[in-house]
Amino acid sequence: MVERTVRIGSTHGLHARPAKLFTQAVASSGAAVTISKSGGTPVNAASILAVIAQGIDHGDDVTIVVDGGDEHVVLDRLVELLSTDHDE
Amino acid sequence: MNITGTGIGQGVAVGPVVRMAERLPEPVDRPSHLDPEREGERARASLSVVAAELASRGAKAGGAAQDVLEAQAMMAEDPSLIDEVTTRLATGKTAERAVYEAFASYRDLLAGMGGYMAERATDLDDISQRVIAHLLKLPAPGVPSPGHPFILVARDLAPADTATLDLDQVLGLVTVDGGPTSHTAILAREKSIVAIVGAADAASLADGDTVVVDAENGLVVTEPSPAAIAEAQERIAERAARLAAPVSPGALADGTPVSLLANLGSADGAAEALRLGAEGVGLFRTEFLFLDADSAPSVLDQQQLYTKLLTAFAGRKVVVRVLDAGADKPLSFLNDAPEENPALGLRGIRALRHAEVILREQLTALAAADAATDAELWVMAPMIATVEETEYFTRLAGELGIRVAGVMVEVPSAALLARQVLAHAAFASIGTNDLTQYTMAADRLLGTVAKLQDPWHPAVLKLIAEVGRAGIELGKPVGICGEAAADPLLAVVLVGLGATSLSMSPSALADVRASLARYSQDDAKALAQAALAAEGAAEAKQAAQAAASSLTPTGTRVP
Repeated sequence: MVERTVRIGSTHGLHARPAKLFTQAVASSGAAVTISKSGGTPVNAASILAVIAQGIDHGDDVTIVVDGGDEHVVLDRLVELLSTDHDE
Repeated sequence: MNITGTGIGQGVAVGPVVRMAERLPEPVDRPSHLDPEREGERARASLSVVAAELASRGAKAGGAAQDVLEAQAMMAEDPSLIDEVTTRLATGKTAERAVYEAFASYRDLLAGMGGYMAERATDLDDISQRVIAHLLKLPAPGVPSPGHPFILVARDLAPADTATLDLDQVLGLVTVDGGPTSHTAILAREKSIVAIVGAADAASLADGDTVVVDAENGLVVTEPSPAAIAEAQERIAERAARLAAPVSPGALADGTPVSLLANLGSADGAAEALRLGAEGVGLFRTEFLFLDADSAPSVLDQQQLYTKLLTAFAGRKVVVRVLDAGADKPLSFLNDAPEENPALGLRGIRALRHAEVILREQLTALAAADAATDAELWVMAPMIATVEETEYFTRLAGELGIRVAGVMVEVPSAALLARQVLAHAAFASIGTNDLTQYTMAADRLLGTVAKLQDPWHPAVLKLIAEVGRAGIELGKPVGICGEAAADPLLAVVLVGLGATSLSMSPSALADVRASLARYSQDDAKALAQAALAAEGAAEAKQAAQAAASSLTPTGTRVP
């Protein structure tokens, strides 16, 4: 199990398109992944509804936990996705 | 009766109402006669059918709509949602009811978060309806096809609907719900659909009613008189003609000329700008010459490019802005030191002064190109904050052979001291985007403070008025270059505040030209006064609209 904390890069936070890209990447990774806002309860990162319901905004710090599969590769890929601004 | 809402764009449409089918009733909460496993199979089957439908509509629509629809398809098969459904089925509920409740729980969660998230709640309602319709073997809710052109009236359109609207049939669109940032509004804007969103009273419209949809004024006119219909049709034809017709120089209704100019970033856009009726160039950005370069281009290279531009606009005015760079647009040879606040750092004239040789070479190349061509070249400096910087720039420009040297007013200090600044400059051009950013202390690139970045704000208008007044007193031209000039009503306000020319993206010229032609100089001043007296940006716009409608009753429009 590996985890990392990352700052959200998308201008409008983790909603709509950025949330879709993120949950798609989680679902296709095959690993069990959770995401939590600092101090919040971790939720299933493959669930777009659970992710957008976290109300994660631009600049928020979130913690990603990856369990199973090629953990480090998956984590790197997800962290990169989250820190990129997809609303440009 | 008039129904008000938020208009999207400038268009007008007239036609018969066709309502979108009302939503399905809430499924009754009764015990299922099937076992939970069987109900679970039904629910999962319908959820995946709807997900596949949404994804295929997305693939068909492409663009922004595809992302939205793909996200919706994912929501229909969301693991958390399916957990919620399964939990409910275990208590003996029907698949219809369990799906309804599961979506409703997420819907309420998003709606409770307000703003952007609340507008996404509508998406969930739509998916829920589609799944329940599939479970009940009812036709999926969607856009009707009456077989003739119509005005579509709906509670709100789901992205799935807007994306696949048949634009030959749908003349206009009116929604009861939805705000200016709803999907309906975004997609209507993208596809140039005449639309009014958030028109609460539109729920009272019935199939077959003829209405006028006036997006420019955010108005749905019900039971329009034959005269009102004729007027609407005239406006539709006028707008179509305006976008197609040969163009005349910009002027107010009383003949007062207001030069309509183009904002250009390279000489390549010249032909298109002229075709759309640009009388010259009000802002030529020179950054493109320098970006991607390790060193400043030579005087000769620059001279060739400026000559090409000036030749395209022979006999016309061309206002060139010298290099506007800073930590936000770093150029290795100019200023590459990182800064905490690039917008407040060494940029514009500050950076050029720091590397004066670049400025000298640019001015030299411009003067040489001017001497070799017939265009009327004006040159201005960006980010002027002080009278001293004004004097520095205009003196240097004069020494190097520039005949008309002016300043950009983007920093509030320059607007507040416009009289002193203009005493040393041949003209001023107001960059409304930066002026708004600095006046409201709101980063123009940051979405979270986008609401503050509105040039209608009376504080911004007051600064523009200072510059306009100084220009009139000293007999110096005051131009506007920036998004504000492209807003047809705000353009009139800006002229009322003393602007003598307006520069914008060429595509906005036709609407602005037509808008100016509706108002006299006195009208423009009255609109400006109304806007200045308001408390905020939205109120200023409303005040100007109110003043405009009291001034120009229907029919007084100048052809």
